[in-house]
Amino acid sequence: MNVDFSRNHFDLLGLPLSYAVELPRLEQAYRALQGSVHPDRFAASPEAERRVAMQWAARANEAYRTLRHPVDRARYLLSLQGFDTGEESNTAMPPEFLMQQMQWREALDTARQAGEAAVLEALRGEIDAQRRSMLALLATALDGQRDYEAGCALVRKLRFLDKIEASIDDALADIEDAGQ
Amino acid sequence: MAYSDKVIDHYENPRNVGSFGKDEEGVATGMVGAPACGDVMKLQIKVGAGGVIEDARFKTYGCGSAIASSSLVTEWVKGKTLDEAASIRNTDIAQELALPPVKIHCSILAEDAIKAAIADYRTKHAGEAPADKKAAD
Repeated sequence: MNVDFSRNHFDLLGLPLSYAVELPRLEQAYRALQGSVHPDRFAASPEAERRVAMQWAARANEAYRTLRHPVDRARYLLSLQGFDTGEESNTAMPPEFLMQQMQWREALDTARQAGEAAVLEALRGEIDAQRRSMLALLATALDGQRDYEAGCALVRKLRFLDKIEASIDDALADIEDAGQ
Repeated sequence: MAYSDKVIDHYENPRNVGSFGKDEEGVATGMVGAPACGDVMKLQIKVGAGGVIEDARFKTYGCGSAIASSSLVTEWVKGKTLDEAASIRNTDIAQELALPPVKIHCSILAEDAIKAAIADYRTKHAGEAPADKKAAD
């Protein structure tokens, strides 16, 4: 058993190199791979072989985690194409998009302070609808048009939506805790 | 992670929070965002006679370091010419606030915000005689 670290996540899990991923197939491939390298199977094996199995298990976990998340998967696919999504360095988002983020953040702050769970739920629904339409655009950009610049821009936008959704979930959890 | 005293000071007593009126003379706006952390920053400058920044305002949604970085920049740019303000570097901000490496992107965001505001001012006033010339006429 050799660990070939040059194989990409898709190859490792026996999936075609595309943004569209059938989640049941990903799940199945991950379980099969994970089962074949499970430490229990190597309990009686020499030390070196056990270490290799551990490395495989770690690789399989990383591949699965990355490919399961729709934004991480896009970022990874873009990196394989030589495109950097610039999430750490690119701050020039379209003004109307940033204006929308400001409005959402304001609405979130107001609702959190007032403890209005229903308002937060509605806001989350609005953001999630946008997120879904952006994910559809991302699939078209990556698998259809192969417009990788557009793909990078969508990944950057989706990161904002993921962050604000996480903040809304935190606020909702706080309200629930306070109500108990 | 511990914040420096300067970050805490700017976070607890942010300087120049808010916005200018839309139609105020000489106002320009820079808006930027950091995808990695979801921070959004709006920085406005009010440029007076002589091309000098008279006042500045900011609104930032983000962590303490992002708020402190923008608060600090609004203080720094007051009284500066556009060129002087454009020469502010994120490293100056990071050093002043003693930001740890993982928060350097907050200072980059603040530098990009002031640059965007200056660019907005220059776009709006393109083709006009420089403000200092007008004041001298």
